[in-house]
Amino acid sequence: MRIFYRQFTNFFFDCLRYSLTGERIYHLWMGFLTFLMLMGAGLYLIQLDQGLIVTGMNDYVSWGLYISNFTFLVGLAAAAVMLVLPAYIFSDVDFHKVVLIGEGVAVGALFMCLAFVTVDMGGPHRLWHLIPKIGYFNWPESMLAWDVIVLNGYLLLNMFIPMYILFQRYHGRVPNKKFYLPFVFLSIFWALGIHLVTAFLYAGLPARPFWNNSLLGPRFLASAFAGGPAFILVLLGAVKKFSQFKVDTEVINKLAIIITAAAQINLIMLGSELFKEFYNPTEHSASAMYLFFGIGKLNALVPWIWTSIILNILVTVTLTFHRFRKNPYILYPACALLFIAIWIDKGMGLIIPGFIPSPLHEYVEYHPTLIEIGISIGIWGMGLFILSILVRLGFAIDQGFLRKSEDS
Amino acid sequence: MKKIRDFLNRFLKGKKCDHGRDQANCCSHEESGAKQLLGRTMGRRNFLRGAAASAGAGASLMAVGPTALLDEKTRQSASLKWEEYFKGNYRVMNKKERLATLKRLEELAKLNRNENIQVSGAEPIPGVLFGYAFNISKCEGYMDCIKACVEENNLDRDSNMQYIKVFEMDHGKINLENGDAAYFHEVPQDDKFYIGTQCMHCENPPCVPVCPTGATWKEQDGIVVVDYDWCIGCRYCEAACPYWARRFNWGEPHVPAEQINPNQHYLGNRKKSKGSMEKCHFCVQRTRKGENPACVDACPTGARVFGNILDPNSDIRYIIENKKVFRLKEELGTEPKFWYYMD
Repeated sequence: MRIFYRQFTNFFFDCLRYSLTGERIYHLWMGFLTFLMLMGAGLYLIQLDQGLIVTGMNDYVSWGLYISNFTFLVGLAAAAVMLVLPAYIFSDVDFHKVVLIGEGVAVGALFMCLAFVTVDMGGPHRLWHLIPKIGYFNWPESMLAWDVIVLNGYLLLNMFIPMYILFQRYHGRVPNKKFYLPFVFLSIFWALGIHLVTAFLYAGLPARPFWNNSLLGPRFLASAFAGGPAFILVLLGAVKKFSQFKVDTEVINKLAIIITAAAQINLIMLGSELFKEFYNPTEHSASAMYLFFGIGKLNALVPWIWTSIILNILVTVTLTFHRFRKNPYILYPACALLFIAIWIDKGMGLIIPGFIPSPLHEYVEYHPTLIEIGISIGIWGMGLFILSILVRLGFAIDQGFLRKSEDS
Repeated sequence: MKKIRDFLNRFLKGKKCDHGRDQANCCSHEESGAKQLLGRTMGRRNFLRGAAASAGAGASLMAVGPTALLDEKTRQSASLKWEEYFKGNYRVMNKKERLATLKRLEELAKLNRNENIQVSGAEPIPGVLFGYAFNISKCEGYMDCIKACVEENNLDRDSNMQYIKVFEMDHGKINLENGDAAYFHEVPQDDKFYIGTQCMHCENPPCVPVCPTGATWKEQDGIVVVDYDWCIGCRYCEAACPYWARRFNWGEPHVPAEQINPNQHYLGNRKKSKGSMEKCHFCVQRTRKGENPACVDACPTGARVFGNILDPNSDIRYIIENKKVFRLKEELGTEPKFWYYMD
């Protein structure tokens, strides 16, 4: 136990030291993210003082930018499974090297998820009410209670697995597969779980016909498996360009195929949703009508959703051709655009129109305030900060830049 | 880096404690104290009471020092607020705990806002199930119900919160899609009719199971209530309600002192804080005393009827049995206890 303790402190402090030193561009990047976090924290103090009245939300549109981002980021967190699955199950050597990145992205995304939910709470000082026994945890009735469990569980899993692997590598040992593979299997099913549970959170509400459809869960998965790996691919591109670490071209090629397939499935589902809403529109198509075409003068979401749809189609068609997909000058911008398209799709295109019109058919639009936008940017800064540290450590240990020093 | 590690090692292993001996040997009594605490089978309520008591002790300790800075009133208020913070969910409180929080709320209102209020904890009357009926042919859209509701229930005046909505409808359609709740002109109007909505107090309320902390539930007499102090403000219930009946305190609610209704109920019209959910509760502070809700008494046309649907001689029972009644969104299976009818 004592030896383990010393090994662990060595590991921890070496990681800390490694994270505090680096090239100029690394320090600039981290300084920029720190600035964003501080700005977000300052604005959050204003929100704590005055209440959620400083946001653009109201009794009509009672969830806004925060929950939109939360929903999208659950997808990003679950996307790690698209790297984990081939790497561990099929023993695909190429993927093994980037799987730590996928899990780093998952941890960063989950911290952002939890932060977005927390800033959305009206009484964050009362969150202890959720603790079972001491408080009153309404499980299994409430899907939100399920979400608390699956998100925190997934966070623990995704911190534990890479930490174990990196810890062993750092000490020059080979990680014991028999020990960690069961956790990997668990995390694969868990990833599907966080996605489906979050989708069910919305799909389980008959009051909101726009969400109350059985395709919501599967479409969540498809769009996440396109948008998440697209983010990871752009990240790998950045690592390749700006750092000393090596990234295999083969990994990028395979990831691009996964992205393309998921984007294609996502488009098919989008098509079938549009068909159902517009072929024979009923009262329940009112939200879709508002989203895609606007109602009278109310059309705040129309430009967003069409941007998203056009980007989605354009990128999917482009990536379908081998020649374009294999050209890095097309692949990286395409993935960045796909990521943006899916962010709009899950935020502006899913959460907000669910509230418009209200269940009593009143139309009230939602415009986020600057404070709300600032807090959201701050949380993104925090997530990218965590992600940068983890991804950098993952690469450094995996490629032998950071090892146990001889003297300690 | 190595320096930091050495320092931490020294700090963790060889730190002398205040008593001049090694921390590991000297402060073992702390550990045994913790063991004692953990070893005792401590229920949640005991734990909370312990926490509250120590907080009270803390507050009095503070008062011993800078007495000039902390007057009696501030100290008392801080202590009460601390105990309020650690109280449990009203639904699972026992009688004693309930009485204690009711008393604290009254004392706090007196101390902080100089209001003389009575907070009741009146429980459901056995054999009573409340129901409501709305006569579409009688309502003329005067909105007196809304005004009475705001005043009776101490609703936030700053955000102009209202539990009731009245939709002005054109003849020929009864779908709320064609209604206008923002009309502003003289009534009655010959070519219009009116439909009022509020919480329908469903038998299968979709807002209740979604709450992650169990802060909202259906009482024995059918009233769907909220424990405003237990709500964490996630607004999942607001998204789940098909009748748009719930209201959130986006800012700090405010009612001028002279307009406060002092006759309050814990689950009813007492003061709410920012970041909590609220909604129509059939004026629980009145109806459990046998009175009508404020909206029923205020209606100048007699369009609103309220009563015990289990009582075969009640007006509400007569209406349900003899009029052609309907309910909103019956297809959702929520079984609202709010019926509409026409003469």
